[in-house]
Amino acid sequence: MTGGDRSIEVAGAPDGATVEDLLRACAPQVLGTVARRFGDFAAADDAVQEALVEASLRWPSDGVPRNPRGWLIQVAARRMTDQIRSEQARRRREELAARRDATTASAATAVASGAVEAAALAAAVVGDDVEDVDDTLALLFLCCHPALTRSSAVALTLRAVGGLTTAEIARAFMVPETTMAHRISRAKRTITASGIPFRLPTDGERPERLAAVLRVLYLVFNEGHTASGGADLQRTDLADEAIRLTRLLHGLLPEDGEVAGLLALMLLTDARRTARTGPDGELIPLAEQDRSLWHHDRITEGLALATAAFDHSRGRLGEYQLQAAIAALHDQAPSTEATDWARIATLYQLLEGLTGNPLVTLNRAVAVAMVHGPEAGMRLLDPLDDQLGSHHRLDAVRAHLHERRGDTAAAVAHYRAAAERTTSLPERRYLLRQAARLGA
Amino acid sequence: MTRYMLLTKYHGGEGVPPMDEWSPDEVTAHIDFLQALNRALVENGELIEAQALAGLDHARIVRSDGGTPVLTDGPFAEYKEFLAGYQIVDVESEERAVEIAAQVSAAPGPGGKPLRQPIEVRPFMGALPGADT
Repeated sequence: MTGGDRSIEVAGAPDGATVEDLLRACAPQVLGTVARRFGDFAAADDAVQEALVEASLRWPSDGVPRNPRGWLIQVAARRMTDQIRSEQARRRREELAARRDATTASAATAVASGAVEAAALAAAVVGDDVEDVDDTLALLFLCCHPALTRSSAVALTLRAVGGLTTAEIARAFMVPETTMAHRISRAKRTITASGIPFRLPTDGERPERLAAVLRVLYLVFNEGHTASGGADLQRTDLADEAIRLTRLLHGLLPEDGEVAGLLALMLLTDARRTARTGPDGELIPLAEQDRSLWHHDRITEGLALATAAFDHSRGRLGEYQLQAAIAALHDQAPSTEATDWARIATLYQLLEGLTGNPLVTLNRAVAVAMVHGPEAGMRLLDPLDDQLGSHHRLDAVRAHLHERRGDTAAAVAHYRAAAERTTSLPERRYLLRQAARLGA
Repeated sequence: MTRYMLLTKYHGGEGVPPMDEWSPDEVTAHIDFLQALNRALVENGELIEAQALAGLDHARIVRSDGGTPVLTDGPFAEYKEFLAGYQIVDVESEERAVEIAAQVSAAPGPGGKPLRQPIEVRPFMGALPGADT
């Protein structure tokens, strides 16, 4: 998308805010409003995209309008009505052509229904700020609907709520732009075809729908976390975007413990990002990280959120709150040895009870080993063979525990097996280095 | 959202003659089928890349110890092991990658019959693992 200079700063706006920042902030609210008013999400998205392009071309030279959202809504709505009118005209032409001897009555009906539609459209154009909060939230729920595949939901959320362009999303995922464009179109078609209404979920629907939103946001975060910090300095930093969107959601639902928990988890995990990779892009596990490289502002914010979320829903802790609490214990500790492993083990036990995920049991085994020694940790691993079988992490943890017990040969064998099975290149190198270290 | 490479070698199907023995119509039908598949994959938002590799007349094997490389031209005795083409897809699950590979495998050969050619399906090695502590 070529356009005007979106990097121009906005007069009177907070330091450094550019036209681009403003458009991104407005985009979801505008899309939400237009989609709700016209009831056609796919067409609304197209119209809003065009309005954003027009804004990026005109605002740098004409100046930013006093009510940027209102401007965008008007332009998008105008495009929608133009589109609908030309659709109506086309249909009318077809109807009249099909019934060459159309009676006066049917012709009059066509005109009358057109007038009603036009009046409804005129009413729709007037903006109404009060509903903006619900619109963005409804938009987020829509984009993360369980009917969509994970990749569709991710792409659509980044586009519609994140305000990223198709090109930016494509770059973030290292996918050709046409492919990403098709993914987004397909997602919109799925929404239209499944008749998902543009409204907030009912109380009954809410838990599942919110869980779907959190899953999508966490997915975006993890995608961001897998990036090896390449030359891409543009705002395709998915981890930051995930945090931004989760913050937005937290602002919309401040009472929800799991949303706060997810935000805390992201902040506490992201705080360690720099320490996680070495100068050659090699993986540095938590136990070996230079904690002075951890980002202390993120940790402070994450700790506050995690504590508040934890205290807020004592009896009903969700998986993100639990994971955040675990991350908080790690991030508070000055060293691996000084970490409260006993508490971490208890939290993993609660998480295990909640999710039944064997990978959680693996993590618990590591924590238990830190408290009670490698034997105790090993015992927890035995029942996992059925569920995890050839999963590389099972081998990696076994290797680590064998090493702590002094069973060097077994440790080497398991490090090698894990290296064979992992699909992460940096992790493979790390595991082979461990094997080499012991084997030497 | 995992990447897979689907590799087609010159192995062909069981008892299928090499493509240079097919009729022009049979070759066209084969190519059209694969191109239609690629278009469908683009429309699904799944295709990252698809390539047909030029024939073995243009193939070289290069060996070197750091000095002057030694080149080997065809004809190659083990021609069946050579790569004919590949697709790189970005899909939700291994099941989906397998499903796509099955379509590639069923591309038509002589007489328009599905080839049942063996397609190798390989996940990419990725970057860092996910953020689980």
